[in-house]
Amino acid sequence: MGKLNYRVVIFMLAFAFGVIFSIPSLVQSNSGKKITLGLDLQGGLHLLLGIKTDVALKSYTKSLVSTAQFTLDKKDIVIDDVEMGKGKASFIVVDEDEVKDAVKALKDILKDANIEAKGNRITIALPPKEVKKVKEKAINQAVETIRNRLNQFGLAEPMVAKQGKDKILVEVPGIKTENDKNRIKKLIAKTAHLQLMAVDEDRATRVNTMTPLEAKKYGDVILPDVKHPQKKYLVRAIPVLDGSMLTDAKSVYDKNGQPMITFELNGEGAKIFGTFTEKAAPTRARLAIVLDNKVYSAPHIDERIGGGRGQITGGFTINEANDIAIALRSGALLAPVFVMEERSVGPSLGKDSIIASSIALVSGFALVFLFMIFYYGMAGMIADIALVANLFLIIAIMSLFGATLTLPGMAGIVLTVGMAVDANVIINERIRELLHEGKSVAKAIEDGYSNAFTAIWDANVTTLIASTLLFFYGTGPIKGFAVTMTIGIMASMLTAILGTHGLYEMLLPKIKKDKLGFWFGIKGAK
Amino acid sequence: MELFKYKEPIALMAKAKYFGLLSLSVVLLSWILIFTKGFNYGIDFAGGTLIQVKYDKKAPLKKIRAKLTSVKKYENASVTNFGSDKEIVIRTKSSSGNVDKDIGKEIATLLKGTGNLEIRRVDMVGPKIGGELREKGLKATIFAIIGILIYLTFRFEWRFALASVIALVHDVSIALGAIALLRVPFNLDILAAILTILGYSLNDTIIVFDRIREGIEKVKGNFNLGAIIDDSVTRTLSRTTLTSLTTFFVVLVLYLFGGEILKGFSFTLLVGVVVGTYSSIFIASPVLMWLGFDVKGYKEALAEKKKREIEKEKLRNQFEQGVV
Repeated sequence: MGKLNYRVVIFMLAFAFGVIFSIPSLVQSNSGKKITLGLDLQGGLHLLLGIKTDVALKSYTKSLVSTAQFTLDKKDIVIDDVEMGKGKASFIVVDEDEVKDAVKALKDILKDANIEAKGNRITIALPPKEVKKVKEKAINQAVETIRNRLNQFGLAEPMVAKQGKDKILVEVPGIKTENDKNRIKKLIAKTAHLQLMAVDEDRATRVNTMTPLEAKKYGDVILPDVKHPQKKYLVRAIPVLDGSMLTDAKSVYDKNGQPMITFELNGEGAKIFGTFTEKAAPTRARLAIVLDNKVYSAPHIDERIGGGRGQITGGFTINEANDIAIALRSGALLAPVFVMEERSVGPSLGKDSIIASSIALVSGFALVFLFMIFYYGMAGMIADIALVANLFLIIAIMSLFGATLTLPGMAGIVLTVGMAVDANVIINERIRELLHEGKSVAKAIEDGYSNAFTAIWDANVTTLIASTLLFFYGTGPIKGFAVTMTIGIMASMLTAILGTHGLYEMLLPKIKKDKLGFWFGIKGAK
Repeated sequence: MELFKYKEPIALMAKAKYFGLLSLSVVLLSWILIFTKGFNYGIDFAGGTLIQVKYDKKAPLKKIRAKLTSVKKYENASVTNFGSDKEIVIRTKSSSGNVDKDIGKEIATLLKGTGNLEIRRVDMVGPKIGGELREKGLKATIFAIIGILIYLTFRFEWRFALASVIALVHDVSIALGAIALLRVPFNLDILAAILTILGYSLNDTIIVFDRIREGIEKVKGNFNLGAIIDDSVTRTLSRTTLTSLTTFFVVLVLYLFGGEILKGFSFTLLVGVVVGTYSSIFIASPVLMWLGFDVKGYKEALAEKKKREIEKEKLRNQFEQGVV
């Protein structure tokens, strides 16, 4: 063996580094950093969700009116003709003399809104900055809420993140069945907007003949029953309270063994609930329990209910009750979400893709490996050693960064195998040329490397420019392709240029001029 | 083993115009194809839904089509085999934003009675995302070309940069033409392949150009660019062919064994590797010649630069020795 030199030492260290840090990924051990498989390889659900922020704005407006009414109610100020929009609402104060008082009271309690009075009509409007805030909050809260729900569902490592300004990316790996996938999607979609709404007992009998427009005139809305959609309820449009005052929800069995959901309200909610039930009890008025705009039940109120506990019944299966309880616990979505993009891959297809791309990698590698030896002799063997080191380095670097390996990423590795030996082809051709010109082996190797370097460098930089842009503008699995290509090219600079150079230097004393056929695969050099 | 042993330059530039004509007509044909036939945009860019279904035996296409057309939503769905006769994909142009409804389950229910099946993949892209992806893809390609152009101008000279970009447009056009001709579904993976071709084609061209640059710097007396190019191309012929060969091997293996999902991707690359190799030998260099690259001027500029550097060095030395 020849002398050690700095190049070969660096190369060996890099090789060792590559091998050591790729072990966790290669043997799929549970400890150590390793590559995560993309959803297209391990199976799973990828959802890009949009969010209807206008709905959040509407319901925020509604809650402002709710607060306004509660405040004015306490001062015995009666309001009527409520108009609600997005970020803007108005109503009239029945007794014109009370307008001033009302405005003052509202200004005290609704600090972020602009409150104006024209005649006896009071307008509550949110300034644009507040509107933006409400929308942003809806998105951030949706991310949090969906994350909470998925975590509670009990699957391994779901990922929920905001993407861009107004999109939510959800990735759930390891879904085994179509049924589970369906349940997960339902769980995400559930706005879980719980409202307790007073039934308008004065007009309840006319519900079946009333139009929505007519109901609106009375400040009511018509809502369907959850199980029998043809059965309608006429309820007050402004809810008594809603799910934001909820502290807990559980699925339990009732005394008949039917699954149901119990919930608990916070202090403020309990107070409002107590006041309402106290008022409603004498006439046995009904309180509708409304979830996502469907009435689950509307029990008569017989007495004041303190403590702030309630229950939702409705003939659930235990899975349904569980999922609704999770949704209620993790909070309502301020705005409903919708699918902009869905990609789901079953576990069996992922497995097939892994097998197919591995076969391609192994056979592509074998072809290139053998070809290099066949064409260049020992020089090809040296390039092959660098290629093996390159593969280990790609895996090691991806493991350390916890990068995701996708199917296009596998294609990127296969392609790297073909392109990484390019540097060695260029170098070997230069060396052969110089040997044919009659240069000594040492000189041919030295000049071969320095002559080849600029070309290899420029070529790699341009490829890097392309793959970097692909990384920034690509999405999903395609990003994985850019990642493996980029890492592969960078690693090849170390292995194919520096590493092989070091190996040649080390072997130089052994390379005899009359054995060039064996070493470089050429005959008849001068 | 040696396939190409350098003896004397091959007279390529003398025949350059024939290659130029051939390429020009193929590129024009590709453009005509692209603009008249257009691309078969897949769901990534056009929006829509793709469902991959696997049966445990031969998929009953007729039965499946009959079942699907009975529902309004899937009336215009296309059903084709995918990879094997057991597997099919259903493609529709429609997409649904409803999180609650699961398309996979819907299809499974709809196809009940056609055999034992498994829903293996559901891809759904809404129209808005399709537009966004298209825009992003276009941006990536344009920025990549601009970035490369800037880098090459900085490293070589503007005519080198322009010639390599012309070769690149040539390669990408032909690859796109092949995709349009064979109706390969144009999805994100095809875009990735196109960007790879972009990098690969340049890679090849640069190696040749690097040699030409070297030849120009070395040449004495005879400033005939054609001769320099012939010599440089001949000297790099071995490398160009070999690298293309190894890359071609792996891409071919990917095409044959990489699975149905990677077919479009690897097909595009196959075309790109062949065309890219051809263009770096027969197109990029002649274009450099046709752009009127001035060997004498370039050498003079180079000498000037060197002179300035030497003078600077001299001044620095004098300064360090305290003469000035």
